[in-house]
Amino acid sequence: MPGIIKTEGLSHVYGKGTPFERKALDNIDLEIERGEFIGLIGHTGSGKSTLIQHLNGLLKPTEGRVLVDGKDIWEDIRKVRDIRFRVGLVFQYPEHQLFEETVYKDIAFGPTNMGLEKYEIEERVYEAAEFVGISREQLFRSPFELSGGQKRRAAIAGVIAMRPDVLILDEPTAGLDPAGREEILARIRDYHAIRNTTVILVTHNMEEIARNASRIIVMEKGRIRMTGTAHDVFSHAEDLRDMGLAVPQITQVFLRLREMGLDVDPSVYTVDQAKRKILKMWRDVHA
Amino acid sequence: MTIVNANDVILRAENLSYKYDSASEEDFALQGLNITVRKGEFIAILGHNGSGKSTLAKHFNAILLPAGGKMYVAGMETADENLIYSIRQTVGMVFQNPDNQIVANIVEEDIAFAPENLGVDPAEIRKRVDDALKAVGMYEFKDHAPHMLSGGQKQRIAIAGVIAMMPQCIVLDEPTAMLDPVGRNEVLRTIRLLNREYGITIVLITHHMEEAAICDRVVVMEKGQIATDGTPKEVFAQVEMLKSLGLTVPQTVELIYMLRKEGIDIPLDALSVEECAEAIYNVLKPVGRDNDARYN
Repeated sequence: MPGIIKTEGLSHVYGKGTPFERKALDNIDLEIERGEFIGLIGHTGSGKSTLIQHLNGLLKPTEGRVLVDGKDIWEDIRKVRDIRFRVGLVFQYPEHQLFEETVYKDIAFGPTNMGLEKYEIEERVYEAAEFVGISREQLFRSPFELSGGQKRRAAIAGVIAMRPDVLILDEPTAGLDPAGREEILARIRDYHAIRNTTVILVTHNMEEIARNASRIIVMEKGRIRMTGTAHDVFSHAEDLRDMGLAVPQITQVFLRLREMGLDVDPSVYTVDQAKRKILKMWRDVHA
Repeated sequence: MTIVNANDVILRAENLSYKYDSASEEDFALQGLNITVRKGEFIAILGHNGSGKSTLAKHFNAILLPAGGKMYVAGMETADENLIYSIRQTVGMVFQNPDNQIVANIVEEDIAFAPENLGVDPAEIRKRVDDALKAVGMYEFKDHAPHMLSGGQKQRIAIAGVIAMMPQCIVLDEPTAMLDPVGRNEVLRTIRLLNREYGITIVLITHHMEEAAICDRVVVMEKGQIATDGTPKEVFAQVEMLKSLGLTVPQTVELIYMLRKEGIDIPLDALSVEECAEAIYNVLKPVGRDNDARYN
């Protein structure tokens, strides 16, 4: 069975033939399996946003193909719109796109455009709201009466209500406080676990990636530079730094410990892992 | 308690209260808050959303006026309408989204906007624009169009626009929230430089604990009041309290806190990567020695 998403030789050039011509994607071959939780990282301008906009047909490849379930999404131009229901994209600061009179109507916007029956729209709105933690009472308020974090979750619900097979989120936690960030991530984790939806999470926050993604894709200058588990990727701390990416603070501590002469494996990326490793070493000393 | 000379104080809130019009009767955004910021301080304000951080910041340059209590900027009371221009020249604000703060099509014209409005002499404006751009490391971009710059560069332009007013104090409300790690570092380096080299008082509102860790002083807000106030080491050592307020601590502190809970005697005041590695090295050092003894 082919991956849910596949790109073949995907390239994209902005402003072709103008003085601002820039190759944003350069021959990307990528395959994502159903149910994966992908963390997509890269410096600003590395091509992350351009890539995800190809995956739901918002941008058309300059060269190469994008396949969803093995089918070229641009084969029949009339069907590209349907791809947007199957591959749901949550933009950065999605709450800026809330526009309806009530939260309910806003979440219902996508399913309504899908041409669903009224009862089914209703079912989906309630389901999506529950997933993101918006109460029934809040559904009938204006989206502008919600707090920042609630608005963000309402906007995410609008995409979830389309029941996409693939959920792509571009920096879903940017600008939120620590509790708000964790709330959003927990909701996404639950959604992924319960629905087995494929998730692609774009973020600059390495701790979030380390804790959530089953596979990490690192982009630089329009190409995929690395792909693998958190363990694989964060063991290349030097390369990441050269690409202008931060490694988790905890990884930096372990790199420093190794420099100081301790025999430690620096591919540590969560506080829990670090604790376990140090405890083990400490017990060896005091045994 | 230290006695503070009034001339050294740039910001002082006395029993400050504020309530938004839309809020319910008893829902005060600030309630009886007291704070004194001295000239030249580099201070971070932390707190979850709704704790009152931004409301307080907006009192620092009279965007909001107190509903109760008093707010003084370099000795000027913000409630006095006649002083508003002087107050805003003394304290400049930088906001989260750089795109909302840039008004001109050319970088140097944008920087000149405020001094022009203040009626500054053209020759002086030229000098201020150049100096401000140099201070934020963006001088070579003076002829560029702002929309072609990166987020970090745009935010530095916004900061330069404030510097051109030659304020004594800059208040930054989550200036790095929309930036990537590189842009974030550019902005942090810039404000640290403005503090160290130019003596400008910096008030940095942030959700990033690592940013607060590099400041001289950290103030934590909760329900419109100050929950704790001290050096980064003093504040981040209060792990339980911060967590109860919906905040986190830097990973370095978190790790050491967890190790202490497991019974390892390790000081909680290691904040930087270097300090944290050092503290861990000190409790594990014998491993290396034992190994040496065993294998040599």
